[in-house]
Amino acid sequence: MVVFPGTNCEHDVVSAIRGLGGEAELVWHRETNLDDFDGIILPGGFAHGDALRTGAIARFSPVMRVVVERADAGTPVLGICNGFQVLCEAGLLPGALIANRDLSFICKYVEVEVTDTSTVLTSAAERGQRLRIPLNSYEGNWVSPDGSGRVVATYVDDPNGSSRQAAAVANETGNVVGIMPHPERATDALLGSNDGEVLLQSFINALVPA
Amino acid sequence: MKVRVEVTRRPEIADPEGTTIKRALNDLDHTSVKEVRVDRVFSLDVDGDDPEAVRRDVADMCEQLLANPVLEDYAIEVIE
Repeated sequence: MVVFPGTNCEHDVVSAIRGLGGEAELVWHRETNLDDFDGIILPGGFAHGDALRTGAIARFSPVMRVVVERADAGTPVLGICNGFQVLCEAGLLPGALIANRDLSFICKYVEVEVTDTSTVLTSAAERGQRLRIPLNSYEGNWVSPDGSGRVVATYVDDPNGSSRQAAAVANETGNVVGIMPHPERATDALLGSNDGEVLLQSFINALVPA
Repeated sequence: MKVRVEVTRRPEIADPEGTTIKRALNDLDHTSVKEVRVDRVFSLDVDGDDPEAVRRDVADMCEQLLANPVLEDYAIEVIE
């Protein structure tokens, strides 16, 4: 779990992963050795204060060199919200995230539909499965000018103007996925929804001990 | 040397902020406004005395960081 200055969802994700039986540790963004880890998550927040563009500075944090290497080598990599933005800026995912169509910070439950189950985030879900997950973002509007990108989950409504109503996007090989809504905030029915569990469980299932 | 860098979102990419400002101007009876795009200007002070070398350096900076090549174009003006 990579922590940049300004990341603020890391404890929620660690708690959710551990709750599902996985192991997770926080790693500061200056770390350059991730050999002990079988998967990498970039959690949400405001890395480096979102200076310049969301993810634009975080992309050059020391840890990102090894994140790119591991992603290229097939290690499962997940970016949630701001982490999704960082992965786009780093070129690990296609496209970019711009301000929501209506220029509002969206903070509500949204329904997403899984459209591709051959990725590290969706393998345990079923195609067409609908999940109710909180969306909390201002720059959540994914654009892909050249039409590239595997859309893994779509918004049932269209809250922010994303191309192809994409809520989650994967690279060609499916080992790098970015999702704008927060699955870790939907891991307890008492708190409104546990629909995020199937996604994080998929990610845990994809981990192969190094 | 002083360098001015203008970063603009390519015309085919939506600019929600520009659209909102355009709507507000229209609401203020500036009905002649057909489109607003919000661009970004960086003012740099860079060591060096060869304008072409400075321009090349700043172009590198634009490719690496100042502009997002997925969305944006940039224009560089070496002022003095």
